[in-house]
Amino acid sequence: MNTPIRRLFGFIVLMFAVLLGATTWWTVVRAEDLNTDYTSQNRRDLLRGIKIPRGAIRAADGTIIARSRKDAEGVYERRYPEGSLFGHPVGYSFVSLGQSGIEAFYNQELAGGASTTDTILRQLVGNQDGGDDLRTTLEPGAQKLAEELIAQASPEQGGSAVVLDPKTGAVKVMASVPGYDPNAVKSPKAFRALNADELRKPLVNRALQFGYAPGSSFKVVTLVAALDSGEYQPDSRVDGTNDVPISGVPLPNDFGESFGMIDLTTALSKSVNTAFAQIAEDLGGATMGRYMERFGFGAKPELDYPRNAMSAAGEYRDGKLIPPTSRFADVGRMGIGQDKLQVPALQMAQVAAAVANGGKLMRPHVGDRFVDEDGRTTKRIEPEVQSTVMSGETADAVTQMMVAVVESGTGGAAKVPGMTVAGKTGTAETAETGVGTKNNLWFIGFAPADDPQVAFAVTVKDVVGFGGGVAAPIAKQLIEELVK
Amino acid sequence: MNARNRELLALVPASLLVAAGFAAVFISRKDLLGGLDGTNEISNASLTYGGMFLALCFATHVVIRFTLPHADPYLFPLVAMLASFGLVEIYRISDAFAGKQAFSFLLGLGVFAATIIVFRDYQVLERYRYVIAMVGLGLLFLPSFFPTVNGAHLSIRLGSFEAQPAEFAKIAIVVFLASYLRDTRQLMVIAGRRFLGITVPPLKHFGPLLVVWGAAMVLLFFIKDIGSSLMFFGALLAMIYVATNRISFVLVGLLLFLAGAMLLAGQVGHIQGRIDAWQDPFDPALYNQQTGGSYQLAQGLFAQADGGILGQGFGGAVLDLPRAYCPDGQVICSLLPAPHTDFVYAVIVNELGLVGAAGLLIVYLLIVQRGMKIAVLARDSFSKLLAAGLTCVFALQVFVIIGGVTKVIPLTGVTLPFVSYGGSSVMANFVLLALLLLISNKARREA
Repeated sequence: MNTPIRRLFGFIVLMFAVLLGATTWWTVVRAEDLNTDYTSQNRRDLLRGIKIPRGAIRAADGTIIARSRKDAEGVYERRYPEGSLFGHPVGYSFVSLGQSGIEAFYNQELAGGASTTDTILRQLVGNQDGGDDLRTTLEPGAQKLAEELIAQASPEQGGSAVVLDPKTGAVKVMASVPGYDPNAVKSPKAFRALNADELRKPLVNRALQFGYAPGSSFKVVTLVAALDSGEYQPDSRVDGTNDVPISGVPLPNDFGESFGMIDLTTALSKSVNTAFAQIAEDLGGATMGRYMERFGFGAKPELDYPRNAMSAAGEYRDGKLIPPTSRFADVGRMGIGQDKLQVPALQMAQVAAAVANGGKLMRPHVGDRFVDEDGRTTKRIEPEVQSTVMSGETADAVTQMMVAVVESGTGGAAKVPGMTVAGKTGTAETAETGVGTKNNLWFIGFAPADDPQVAFAVTVKDVVGFGGGVAAPIAKQLIEELVK
Repeated sequence: MNARNRELLALVPASLLVAAGFAAVFISRKDLLGGLDGTNEISNASLTYGGMFLALCFATHVVIRFTLPHADPYLFPLVAMLASFGLVEIYRISDAFAGKQAFSFLLGLGVFAATIIVFRDYQVLERYRYVIAMVGLGLLFLPSFFPTVNGAHLSIRLGSFEAQPAEFAKIAIVVFLASYLRDTRQLMVIAGRRFLGITVPPLKHFGPLLVVWGAAMVLLFFIKDIGSSLMFFGALLAMIYVATNRISFVLVGLLLFLAGAMLLAGQVGHIQGRIDAWQDPFDPALYNQQTGGSYQLAQGLFAQADGGILGQGFGGAVLDLPRAYCPDGQVICSLLPAPHTDFVYAVIVNELGLVGAAGLLIVYLLIVQRGMKIAVLARDSFSKLLAAGLTCVFALQVFVIIGGVTKVIPLTGVTLPFVSYGGSSVMANFVLLALLLLISNKARREA
C-alpha cells in the first residue's frame, strides 16, 4: 500500500501548491488593482488614515481649504472651512464616501505614513505625525468672484471659469457652477441627493468634464494652425461671404452679414464664420488634428487631478472620441467651434495660455508645494513644458490679432483701462437658432498682452446673448482682481 | 539524541513565535482600530495566555514522553507551531478570545491524554466499526435538528456553548472506512467483474461506501455545505485508492460526485448563490446583497491584497469600522467578518504577507508529510489506512478553507485546523493528533 500512499502525498503537495499559487495571485499579481481600483468596496487606506492627522490644504495666500479635526473617539475627520468655494478643484476625503479631486490625487503625500508601506518603520521610530500640508496655486478672491459672477449670469445651468498662469501652468481659478459643499456630502443622504440632481449636476466639475461646444473661441486654434503651418499670413485675403456651402450645407454668418474678401485680422475681430470654416477645410483634418493635439485636445489633461474625473476635449460621436480626420467630422464647422466638439473650460484656457506664453504650453497644476510641520518644503511641483504648440512669431501674430478683437471687435467688453487685453469671444448655439434662443457663451484670452500674467477661459451655459456681452465682462473683472 | 529530546528541542521555534507575537501585539494594541468587541482596552493579565499556552505545550510533551516514547518527534512541535500562529492572531483580534482559546487548548490536552490512555490499543476501534459509523453520521446530521447558527446547519448552540459536531464526525468516519476497507479491499479487486475494462466491485462490498457517498450528497443537499461534503468524499476516495491502488475507482467516484453536485446545484438555490458569489465576488449586486452575497469573500481578498508580500505586521490589518462609520443602527460593524474563524487565513496573509502564508502552508505540508510517513512505516493495513485517512482528511480541511478564502473553490465555513478559534475544532484535532501518534508509536516500537 506504500506506493498509493506516496502518490497520494504527491497529490496533496500539488493541492498545496495551488493554494500557494492562489495566495500569490491575490498578494502580488492582483494586489495593486485590488488596493487602488475598488475605492467604494475597499477603504483600508482611508480607515488606516483616520488615526493620523491628514495634511491641510491651503490656497495660494495661505487660506485653509481643508483640515483634519479630531473627534471624541480620537478619529480624525476632514473639515472644509471655505464650504462650496473649492468643492470642485479640491474635492473631499471621507471614509464613508471615498475621495475625489486633489484630495484623491495627492492622497499619499497628505496621508503621510498612513497609506504607505513604511507604517511599521514609522511606528518603530515613533513618527506618526501624519502627512504634509499642501499649498495650492488657487486664489480665493478670484475663485469667489468667478463663482458669483457665473451664478448671476446663469443661475440655472451655470458654467465654468479657469484662469492659468501661462508662464508656469499654475491654476489660479477653477470655478464650476453649480458647486457643492464638501462638508455636506459626508452624509450619504445628501450625497445621493446631489448625485441624483440630473438637471443641475452639481457634482460635475465643468472645468474638466462635461464639455460644451466652444463656438468661435475655437477660431484661435484654427488661426494658429493656419499661420503656423505657413499656409496663411495675417494679411492673407479670405472669403467672408454669407452662406458659403460647407460640407454641402450653406453656413451663415452672425446676423446673415456678408463681408466679402477681407484680411485674416478682420476675419478674427469680426468673428466671420464662413472665412474660418473655409480655412479649416483648406487646411484639412490632418493639419487641424496636429495642432489640436499640440494644444492638448484628444487626450485627458495632464493636470494633477484624478484621471477618471477628467474628459478629453475633441470631436465626439455616440459618446466616443473621434479624430478630426474621421469621415464623420465636419472639419469646416469644427474650425468655427461647432460640429461635434465638446471642450471643457480648462482646454480653452490652455489654448489662450499657449498663445500667451510664446507658443509653449505649460503643464497645468493645482498643487504648488508640500510643507512638513516644521515649515520645510518637502516637494515642489516645478513648471514643465507640456508641448511646443507654435513658433514665437505665430504666437506674436495671433496675440496682435486677439488684441484687435478686444480693441475693435466683438470682445470690447473685456477692455481694462491702462492694460492691453487679448481675447476671443464664442457663442455656440445649443439647439435651433433664432431670436431669444439660449447659447453657450465663451470668452478666452490673456492679459496683459505684452507680459501675460493670466490666461483664462470663461464659459456660461444656456443664456440668451453673445459671448462678448456676457462672458467678456466676467473675464474683465477676473483680470482686474488678479493683475495688479 | 532520542526522539523525545528532539521533540523538546523542536518546540523552541514555537515558543519564540508566541513570545515575540504576544509582545508585538501587546505593544501595538493601543494603535489598533478597535477589536472585535470595539475596544482597544487590554488587560495586562492577557499576556499570561501566551505563558499558559507554552506551559501546555510542555505538559503535552511530558504526556507524550511517558506514554508514547517512540512516537514521531516532529508531529507535535509542528502542531505547536500552528497553534502559536493561531493564538497570536486570535490575541490580536481580541484578548478575550485568546483567553478562551488557551482554555480550549487546556481541554484539548485533556482529550489528548484521555485518547492516548483509552485507545492505547487503538486496534479495538475495529471491533466497533459500525457503532462508530453510526455515531459519525449521527454527529454529522445532529445540527440539522437545531436552529441554524449564522445561516447554516454547521454548529449547535446550547446556551452560550457552541459545538461543531462535524469536527468529530470526520474522525469517526475515517476510522470506519479504515476498518471496513481493510476487510474488503482484496475482495473489491478480486471479486469484481470486468466491465468495459473497468473493475466493478460487487455491490455487497461496495454498499457501505455508497452510504458514505449518499451521506456526502445529503450533506450537500440539506446542510448546504459544499466544503464538508468535498472533505468527506475526498477522504473516501483517497482511502479507497490507498486500499486498492485502483485509480479507476477514484475516477468513477469523482464522476458520481460531480454528477450529484451538478444535479443538486441546479435544484438548491443556496448553492447556486454560493457559486455566483464565488465566480464574481466584486460584482456590486452580489457584494451588496444582505445575506449570502460575496461581501465576506471580497473583503477577504482585499485583506490579502493589503498584506502583499511582507504583510502589514501584527496589528496592521484593518478588521473593524470605528463606531462613527457604522451604517445606521448597527452596533458592531466589522470590515472583515469572522476574522478569528473562517477568515483567519486572510488575516494572517494581511499581517504576515505572502511570506507568512507560505510559512504556514509549509508547516501544514510538513504535518501531512509526517502523517504519510507514519502510514508508510505502519505494519498492518488498518494502521496504514487509518494514518493515511486521518492525514488526508486533515489536508482536505486545510484545502477547503484556504481554497475558499483564496477563491480557488466556493467558500465553505470550516475551521483552519489548530489555527482557527473554536473549542470543538481544537479538541477534535487533538484526538486526530493522538491517534496519529499512537499509530506512530506502535510502528516505530516494532521497527
